[in-house]
Amino acid sequence: MTAGFIFAQFLTGLSSASSLFLVASGLSLIFGVTRIVNFAHGSFYMLGAYLAYHLIEWLPTGILPFWGSVICAALIVGVVGVIVEVVILRRIYHAPELFQLVATFGIVLVMQDAIFALFGGEDKFGSRAPGLNGVVRIFDEPIPQYDLALIALGPVVLISVWLLLNKTRWGTLVRAATQDRDMVAALGVNQAWLFTSVFFLGSALAGLGGAVQVPRESINLLMDLSIIAEAFVVVVIGGMGSIVGAFLAAVLIGELNAFGILIMPQITIVLAFLVMAVVLIVRPWGLLGKPDAIQHAGDQIDMPLREASLPGKLVGLLVIAALVAVPYVLDDFGIVLATDIIIFALFAASLHFLMGNSGMVSFGHAAYFALGAYASALVFRHLGGSMELALLIGPIAAVVGALVFGWFCVRLSGVYLAMLTLAAAQIIWSITYSWGDVTGGDDGMLGIWPSEWARSKPVFYYLTLVLCGGGVLILRKITHAPFGYVLRGGRDSSVRTESIGIHLLRHRHFGFAVAGLFAGIAGSIYVFSKGSIFPDEAAIPRSIDGLVMVLLGGVHTLAGPLVGAGVFRLLEDWISRLDFWRAILGTIIIVLVVVAPQGIAGFFHTLAIRFGLAKGRESL
Amino acid sequence: MSAQVNMATTEVLRVDTLCKSFGGVDAVDNVSFTVQQSELLALIGPNGAGKTTCFNMLNGQLKPDRGTVSLMGENITGWDPRRVWRRGVGRTFQITATYSSMTVAENVQMALIARHRKTFSLFSRATRLYVTEALTLLELVGMQSQAQRSAGILAYGDLKRLELAIALAHDPVLLLMDEPTAGMAPGERAELMELTAGIVAERGLSVLFTEHDMDVVFGHADRIMVLNRGQLIAQGDADTIRNDKQVQDVYLGGGSMFAAEGSDHA
Repeated sequence: MTAGFIFAQFLTGLSSASSLFLVASGLSLIFGVTRIVNFAHGSFYMLGAYLAYHLIEWLPTGILPFWGSVICAALIVGVVGVIVEVVILRRIYHAPELFQLVATFGIVLVMQDAIFALFGGEDKFGSRAPGLNGVVRIFDEPIPQYDLALIALGPVVLISVWLLLNKTRWGTLVRAATQDRDMVAALGVNQAWLFTSVFFLGSALAGLGGAVQVPRESINLLMDLSIIAEAFVVVVIGGMGSIVGAFLAAVLIGELNAFGILIMPQITIVLAFLVMAVVLIVRPWGLLGKPDAIQHAGDQIDMPLREASLPGKLVGLLVIAALVAVPYVLDDFGIVLATDIIIFALFAASLHFLMGNSGMVSFGHAAYFALGAYASALVFRHLGGSMELALLIGPIAAVVGALVFGWFCVRLSGVYLAMLTLAAAQIIWSITYSWGDVTGGDDGMLGIWPSEWARSKPVFYYLTLVLCGGGVLILRKITHAPFGYVLRGGRDSSVRTESIGIHLLRHRHFGFAVAGLFAGIAGSIYVFSKGSIFPDEAAIPRSIDGLVMVLLGGVHTLAGPLVGAGVFRLLEDWISRLDFWRAILGTIIIVLVVVAPQGIAGFFHTLAIRFGLAKGRESL
Repeated sequence: MSAQVNMATTEVLRVDTLCKSFGGVDAVDNVSFTVQQSELLALIGPNGAGKTTCFNMLNGQLKPDRGTVSLMGENITGWDPRRVWRRGVGRTFQITATYSSMTVAENVQMALIARHRKTFSLFSRATRLYVTEALTLLELVGMQSQAQRSAGILAYGDLKRLELAIALAHDPVLLLMDEPTAGMAPGERAELMELTAGIVAERGLSVLFTEHDMDVVFGHADRIMVLNRGQLIAQGDADTIRNDKQVQDVYLGGGSMFAAEGSDHA
């Protein structure tokens, strides 16, 4: 490795840092002011790339048309961002973070299908930028001119945004809103338009980030989620809301990728997430972030848990009876679907235990599902094909993973906690995806079937019912037990918990492991129900599935996850046969968040209270 | 109850030359005092005098730069808050901290669960543990009729009383109360302090409290300490403090209203 080669690699890192910075700065800006963790930001980036590609192809070749296309694409994306903000997000600024996140993920789904419908599904390769299609030799190493242009673009945008924020009245208002938006509103500033303008700028920056990638990378429909994971890392490392921090972090990650790829190709994403974990442990608010002094309003106060009333217990018994009767009533297809629903009910219940009861919102709960699943599959393959042993080792592996990741995660709270859990899931995902020799990589692992005795559909159904249904009941029991109450109390007031002599961190860590255990059980059973396992089980959409199920059911209802898992799987089963099912699912999610934030079970619970069938909160 | 009323005065807490500075500012500067058993002791001083910093060092939330804190003869300097709590120091907060998604009784039950080290219990029902003890404590503070209400909808004065019940749950020898009556109506203030004084007399525990309301301080405290700019400038009974020249300077710039106000309520 010569010095020249290292320098060339350094420049490559800087040029990819520029594009990453554009995306991340927009994300950071939007988060700082609106407090929304915007998953759809990756979609804006992808849209920018597609728009720029088609504009460049459509216009005559030339320097001016090229840059004109790039800027036009960015502006159009900015306008799309404004539409999204005005139509959807404006209605949920006061909703809990989770609702906002899930809603923006709904937007991701809609945008994926919209872009697919508009531009088609095949990968696109942009031509080189006119005027910048040569290479420059630096220390004898060829450096593309376009990379050098990008390296310059990053600081130019950084300085422009910095000037905009620090030298204009608009920027002063944005900075003020970042610190205390209620105060800004109280001072008579039209908050709505301030937010909308920030959204325009942020989205346009994402669009610009996508547009400048056209000559460098292939344009495809997977760009959105791959960039958003990296952008989250950059924003979290830099500090939420800090533009300069985002720049430093983008350079850090860009260089890490450039050099990491030489040492450990494929695992660079792991490196990035490890850096993030270390930064967050040392500086819990990122490199240049500030502690969030303002408590987030929004989450309504939860009601005390009540023991089930007699009608409630009867309904519970009826549900259990119905579940036991399933194999006698339904055909094989129905039994398989019911098996699926029960597995995901446990997955959703474990996530609900973590975020609903304990206030630790996880964006990466799929990690423990996948850990259980992969560990089971590996045990099955390498230790003599025993399903029983696999079902034992899988959950243990999930617990170990949850203990390791949880040690970092439980030290943080709110968005940072959520981001670190997401990072943990991405690490698991990239290991399953990249470590092909062991996990089969993208091809997954096949032929993992239950033992002879459990192979018939009804028997496997009952096995699932005992393990997963039992798991749901145990989780419910734990929620009502002192341990569950400690976590509930820690969510309400950590100060109070510590002051009555409870080591909250230790309880949260253990609670994280408990949630991981039950997700792992669900994952282990899942492998044998499908006979195969793929990296998708650890990917972001799987984690979001869990969130949607919890949300569908209602965060503050214990029955919620079960109802949510049932509705979600039936819905998915039904609409996945349709064209544009992503757009339909996304729309349903968005509508649900905007219209029925208390979820389906919560909605019925409210109804039951109204008709005197359940006890609710007393009025003041 | 473990804290028996003992007629001979015993020393519960001894604070010796306690110091803490933040970035060159001496928040607490060489403070020494003792708290006797069954004593209702007030710590007063203008805003920024170092009262809360002092409290935070007593219950372990802050580590002192110098000096020692001893509880019942044992050096507890630098212990973490949980350990201090276990040794018998309770605390209520200036801004109430209760579990809003639990009932009033459950709030007290949580403290009892913590006291009996049942927090890792996975399969018993939390709401069924220590019910009698919790109700007894609630009765002590006059909250038993509201035991099944959600703590999230209590009136502010009731929250303060609930906090008192929680703080008493582990049978403390010393209770630290940070501005116990802040934000309450005048009638409620007297009521809460009388309640506290009654508990002190009945249980033989000691209470150290900070307070801004001089009626409360002069009406209820057995002894008063005055903190100014981190230094203890006076201590003694109500009359001594009232007539202390330095204290009058600090509070009123040397005026005489202080004495007059105090005697109205004496």
